[in-house]
Amino acid sequence: MDKTINVTLKVWRQAGPKAKGHFETYKLDNISTDASFLEMMDILNEKLINERKEPVAFDHDCREGICGMCSLYINGHPHGPDSEITTCQLHMRKFKDGETITIEPWRSAGFPVIKDLMVDRSAYDKIMQAGGFISVTTGGVPDGNAIPIPKDKADEAMDAAACIGCGACAAACKNGSAMLFVSAKVSQLALLPQGRVEAKRRVKAMLSKMDELGFGNCTNTGACAAECPKAISITHIARLNREFIKAKLSD
Amino acid sequence: MWLIDSSVGRKFVMGITGGFLVLFLLFHSIMNVVVVFSPEAYNAVCEFLGANWYAIIGTLVLAAGVVIHFLYAALLTVQNLRARGRDRYAVTTRQEGVSWASKNMFVLGIIIIGFLVLHLIQFWSKMQLVELTGHGDHALAADGAYWIQHYFGQPVYCIVYIVLLCALWFHLTHGVWSCLHSLGLDNKTWLPRIKAIANVVATIVVLLFMAVPVYYLIVNVFGI
Repeated sequence: MDKTINVTLKVWRQAGPKAKGHFETYKLDNISTDASFLEMMDILNEKLINERKEPVAFDHDCREGICGMCSLYINGHPHGPDSEITTCQLHMRKFKDGETITIEPWRSAGFPVIKDLMVDRSAYDKIMQAGGFISVTTGGVPDGNAIPIPKDKADEAMDAAACIGCGACAAACKNGSAMLFVSAKVSQLALLPQGRVEAKRRVKAMLSKMDELGFGNCTNTGACAAECPKAISITHIARLNREFIKAKLSD
Repeated sequence: MWLIDSSVGRKFVMGITGGFLVLFLLFHSIMNVVVVFSPEAYNAVCEFLGANWYAIIGTLVLAAGVVIHFLYAALLTVQNLRARGRDRYAVTTRQEGVSWASKNMFVLGIIIIGFLVLHLIQFWSKMQLVELTGHGDHALAADGAYWIQHYFGQPVYCIVYIVLLCALWFHLTHGVWSCLHSLGLDNKTWLPRIKAIANVVATIVVLLFMAVPVYYLIVNVFGI
């Protein structure tokens, strides 16, 4: 049996990066609890288009929780009230009939609003371009397992690599800090022998790019890890601190 | 200079200065408890920590620690407010596992600075400062037990100290583990451990400090 609920949406509307934003209230009736949150947003936009109004701009792509494109700050939580999922994996069954749902964009100096709920997250791409890679020279394909890697290191690196770069960490952080993202990207390479070669240069380049782009300083509140859809641990931040301090002391 | 230019460098300085101040607090709290058992022994400690060269150097290093810790905290707070952006969230919630103290470290720090000023006026300016400048009552400069009785004989000061020490407890529960974390000294196994260590250290320091005003409150008010 299909259960339906009626909800009131308070949605942040902002015409452009420089425009002044405001909340707009919409009522949606008979939303199936089986609908995903983004399907509900699609229904809202259908309704707005039929009423000859401007639809709400929001980011989305794969809708299966792996691309990191969807965002939305829903009722005080990045990616909504459920834990360890992205907005596209959130369903309307998590909301009550008659509930008012407040939807805001990521708010951080590093992520300026483009329009409505859409923010510019290219800052994360710039941080990756600063050093989030391994330089390889072309040549013959090395044999598999030629470089032994301990299981615990491989697991830890894999946990860090789960980061999809959605920006929920900086959105949740009271300091607008991107440390959890940078720490995950530094950790996934720093833990592996292939990444160790450029470890010092990488950590310095990525961290100074993060600082340069206007992200804040980490004060270890842990809000980032609590809201991360991929449950990245703040122990990666400790590793980032360690790597950075070691790199600076050896200069 | 990476200690001021980079975010991790700034946190490194906060961690080092904070950690140093925690070690001082541990020493200071242990020293204070002596007065409960023997005012004479306590005065001997006061004598030892008068205007001697090592005590003066110690005081200067401590003062530098407090000043750097505070200036960096102010800088970090301003930068972090700016990094938050122009618009604030309309709805904010508290995430699970995020302590209240961790979000209010600067406010707690300001309260502690106020506490420090009160404490310096009441004790330090009557003791070491008198020995340094030569102005004031020399006979009482090393008589710490007298000054404790003087102030804590008034229940209002006992209450003020006990309340302000609660702010210190909150500050330390986040500060101690945060210091180790900022220096990169933990991992999956050690993160819960250093959080537990922080709670234990904060509780020990604050209970030792509180023992003195509580003792004087009981003795002076209830006359036991």
